[in-house]
Amino acid sequence: MTVTASTASGQLFLWPLVALSLVGCAASANAAGSQSDFETAYAAADAAEQEAGHLRNRWTVTETALAGARKAAGEGDFDRARDMAREAEALAKASVFQAKSEKEAWKNLEIR
Amino acid sequence: MRSWQVFWPISILPAIAALMVLSVPQAFADDPPDPAAEAKAFRDYFIHKFSDVKLENFVNGPYSLNEGMRRQWQEIEQFPPYEFSLEKGKELFARPFTNGKNYGDCFPNHGIGIRQNYPYFDTKAGEVVTLELALNDCRKANGEPAISYLGDDMAALTAYMAFTSRGKPFDIKIPDDPRALDAYRNGKRYFYTRRGQLNFSCATCHVQYPGERLRAEVLAPALGILNAMPIYRSEWGSMGTISRRFATCNSQTRGVPLEPQSQEYRDLEYYLSYVSNGLPISGPGARP
Amino acid sequence: MASSIRVRAIANGGITEVQTLIQHPMDSGFIKDENGQFIPAHFIQELTFEHDGRKVFVADWGTAVAKDPYVKFSFKGGNKGDDLKVGWIDNQGTTDTTTVKIQ
Repeated sequence: MTVTASTASGQLFLWPLVALSLVGCAASANAAGSQSDFETAYAAADAAEQEAGHLRNRWTVTETALAGARKAAGEGDFDRARDMAREAEALAKASVFQAKSEKEAWKNLEIR
Repeated sequence: MRSWQVFWPISILPAIAALMVLSVPQAFADDPPDPAAEAKAFRDYFIHKFSDVKLENFVNGPYSLNEGMRRQWQEIEQFPPYEFSLEKGKELFARPFTNGKNYGDCFPNHGIGIRQNYPYFDTKAGEVVTLELALNDCRKANGEPAISYLGDDMAALTAYMAFTSRGKPFDIKIPDDPRALDAYRNGKRYFYTRRGQLNFSCATCHVQYPGERLRAEVLAPALGILNAMPIYRSEWGSMGTISRRFATCNSQTRGVPLEPQSQEYRDLEYYLSYVSNGLPISGPGARP
Repeated sequence: MASSIRVRAIANGGITEVQTLIQHPMDSGFIKDENGQFIPAHFIQELTFEHDGRKVFVADWGTAVAKDPYVKFSFKGGNKGDDLKVGWIDNQGTTDTTTVKIQ
């Protein structure tokens, strides 16, 4: 976006306003982007945790991370909320992996 | 670097470890289990691992494996901390329901000296019935609300019933019914399956490391581990049921506990009790 | 109401060994309940054992003693058949007392 003004002083005056409004636009775009990032991350984490639940193998730390993500989102800190949601997803996926691999791996521990 | 980028690989480590175990070539056919043979193998493992422990003493958990703790426990048993709960259990057991009946009416021999027969496989209902489940079933059948499997009253009731069976050997039966065999097999699988972020199975602590320390505790052997239940744990400052112990073991490995008396827990209790057949009931117990 | 005090005293060769188990919540006042409210402090402040009109053991307790306390001690003297009196008073003014025969 370019701003022109008829006089030099006019340009000086308007530039900070332009800069401020640009920052304003960017901030709200970021916030909107942040929130949707969080929502995507949380949905993925939640889906993975549901699968862990069906496999009867949820982890306490996953639940804590999900709760932390919800809390951060509630406070408007969507960046942190998204990060926690991603961690929760990783934990949930690990618990799903554990449940699936243990279906056979348990036999390695059996007393024979 | 974002925190999740650091934690992600760490949290995946246990799963990678599991994968490494899988990659070791093993071949176990999915044979139908032979519970009697498996129970014998189970006993032999512990008898061999702890050759100076008499078979019936395995029911004393960590005390059978650690002399210092055993002496303290023998002193405590002169004036056991579970006395109050036991007395309360006797009272609760005798107290009639609103309809005039009482717990004794639901059980063989009025509920006295029968604990060693639980759990049993109910072929009509097609599921494992534990003592705790039977107590709540009794309440419901007599118009009373169920009580919490994790609470003091259930602990007190099962403490009293265990006390009336002290010395009697576990006598768990697996009827000739494929569903009973399945329940046994499920319980066995649960016992050996790793769970929780810490990736421990019951066997990790109670088969691989009994007698060793886990933080400040000495681990109990799996053989006879339910014989002393319910237990007064000094850590809890109260009497706790089998349901409570299963739930806390789960959360200690950072696994979300299942619902008390869910099928997995009942099948687990069935398996653990069966492989301890012949060992005497020693409940209620006192533990650190 | 049943006594909160279980006590057993055994005399042997001029020494009497006493064991006691007392039912008491011994709340420190620092623990919160499920609703987030502090459970008020409720603990035994003084525990006394008397034999033949003489105090043989006195304990001044505070919040560091755990729930359902157990005490074991020995004192010189005491014969089989003698009375041993045990009593406690807590910070809320509640008391309990019991007397047993030395075995």
